[in-house]
Amino acid sequence: MRTSLFRTGLIGLTGIIPGILFAVIIFLALYSWPAIRFNGAGFLIRQMWSLGNLYANPVTIGATEVPIGAHYGILVFIVGTLATSALALLIAVPVSIGVAIFLAEGAPPRLRPLLSLIVDLLAVVPSVVYGLWGIAVLAPLVAHVIAPALGAVLGFIPFFAGGSPTGFGLLSSSLVLTLMVVPIITTTIYSALQQVLAPDKEAAYALGAMKLEMAVGVMLPAVRGSIIGAAILGLGRALGETMAVLMVSGGAINYLPTTITSPISTMASFIVSQLDSAEQDPTGMAVRSLAEIALVLFVITIVVNGIARMITRGLHVSLAGRG
Amino acid sequence: MSVSQAAADFPRLAYRRARARAGWGLAVLAFVLVAAPLLDILGLVAARGASAISPRLFTTVTNGISGGLLNAIVGTFVLSGGALVLGVPVGVGAGIYLAEFGSGPFGTVVRFLSDVLTGVPSIVLGYFSYITMVIGLGWQFSALAGAITLALMIVPYIARLTELSLRQLPVSLRESAYALGAPAHTVVFRIVFPIATPGVLTGVLLALAISVGETAPLIYTAGWSNYLWNGRLTHEPIGYLTYVVWSFINQPFASAHALAFAAAFLVVLVVLAINIAARLFLLGHRAV
Repeated sequence: MRTSLFRTGLIGLTGIIPGILFAVIIFLALYSWPAIRFNGAGFLIRQMWSLGNLYANPVTIGATEVPIGAHYGILVFIVGTLATSALALLIAVPVSIGVAIFLAEGAPPRLRPLLSLIVDLLAVVPSVVYGLWGIAVLAPLVAHVIAPALGAVLGFIPFFAGGSPTGFGLLSSSLVLTLMVVPIITTTIYSALQQVLAPDKEAAYALGAMKLEMAVGVMLPAVRGSIIGAAILGLGRALGETMAVLMVSGGAINYLPTTITSPISTMASFIVSQLDSAEQDPTGMAVRSLAEIALVLFVITIVVNGIARMITRGLHVSLAGRG
Repeated sequence: MSVSQAAADFPRLAYRRARARAGWGLAVLAFVLVAAPLLDILGLVAARGASAISPRLFTTVTNGISGGLLNAIVGTFVLSGGALVLGVPVGVGAGIYLAEFGSGPFGTVVRFLSDVLTGVPSIVLGYFSYITMVIGLGWQFSALAGAITLALMIVPYIARLTELSLRQLPVSLRESAYALGAPAHTVVFRIVFPIATPGVLTGVLLALAISVGETAPLIYTAGWSNYLWNGRLTHEPIGYLTYVVWSFINQPFASAHALAFAAAFLVVLVVLAINIAARLFLLGHRAV
């Protein structure tokens, strides 16, 4: 009897975890429902975000009361989110593969714990400290060195031309995101590399392969699935990153990026930046539309993370089954 | 025959050697590209932060964009401490369930959802708390709303790390206890948990580090206050260190920048100390 009571209590505590997830999705959906009805599907593809005239009397459109001239479209923020994350992954995945191979096969075994600690510590630096570093170091570096260099080499492509007067924008955001996702991707690939079976490696050596040839020819193909899973895991992190991006993004509104140094906003960073303005809206529609952004972001990250977890977990099981 | 002689005799081998050297060069370069920013971040925060540290920082509250950080330090303690008080029982309980009884479909589903919850952007959790507690329950920006939000964030971490450390114990340990007729709660609390306590505590400390470094979810729940926390859980905003970093670095005043770096220094110090201690501890513990 006491046993079942104990177990029931534990089940109750455990149930809180799925409960949190469902509560988040249900309350966000309920709260943003008037905004979802008012904004329609155009919410995702309209470029204009305007709170309207907050000082005039609100008007009633359909059954909804909104400020005059209010438009809520988040295409700019969706593009900003996807562009920063994609660019970050484009840099982070090759770098992470390089670091993981270096850690697994290249570095002297005695140094490995220290070197992998350095990679791990990148993951624990708080987001806001990355933002601080971005403002103090990275943005000036992008403005004076990286953007001019890119422009000089790749300037014939309009996307890379134009330089960056301030350094705040797409490139800086992506570089900060890169640093934040590299440890996630690297540790996942590194632990997969460590599980590659010794006979497979020895077979390559027996055929006369050098160490790097073995690593690239045998180990990397063996962990192909983990690399994909790790990249998606990194994507999930990059999509939702808020403070660091907010601090170096330049905060674009109603403006799509045209070059690699354009100011941008992501969905997450925009939500934070809008707190003060949205609270001024007497009809509350701005706060509800921000809830709709949070809902969209929530659904995207859930899907991305779900896929990543299924890929990495499936691999884990198959590896265990093989061993 | 020397190596270079061999290389000259076998051009294919020379090519492979050069290729391997270039490949390792790229791998080392990748590592340097990752390690250099980390060292630069730590160096920057240490240099600019340490020079801004003074006794006044710990004894006076923020006054506009100057003064001390006492209100923010106390606030960070209150918010993170509150998050632990709320999050540890749930996280540890769930971790125990997952490790001891979680082999069925319910355990599998919770494990998956807990990983998914870990991946939910903290700003989404913050906005959820904003519409439910700050607006819905009318708590306004408050310590309780902030602490609950941080607790939502750290519960899945604590659960999974607790599960992990319990699972490292051999099954035979539990079987012997059950064979002696011990009920499940005795097995868990008297046998398994005492041995796994160091691992569980490590998980709790790592969760603490996460909550100390968080900013985004607190902006929408805790607000900001120049004043020392007066003990009210609701209807009273509360300051915290990461807010100072975010907000003050954008002010055009040297005193504001100094405070931002000082706050960043304190946050990084706590987060790094916890993480390095946890790692050293786990290394030592595994070796035993």
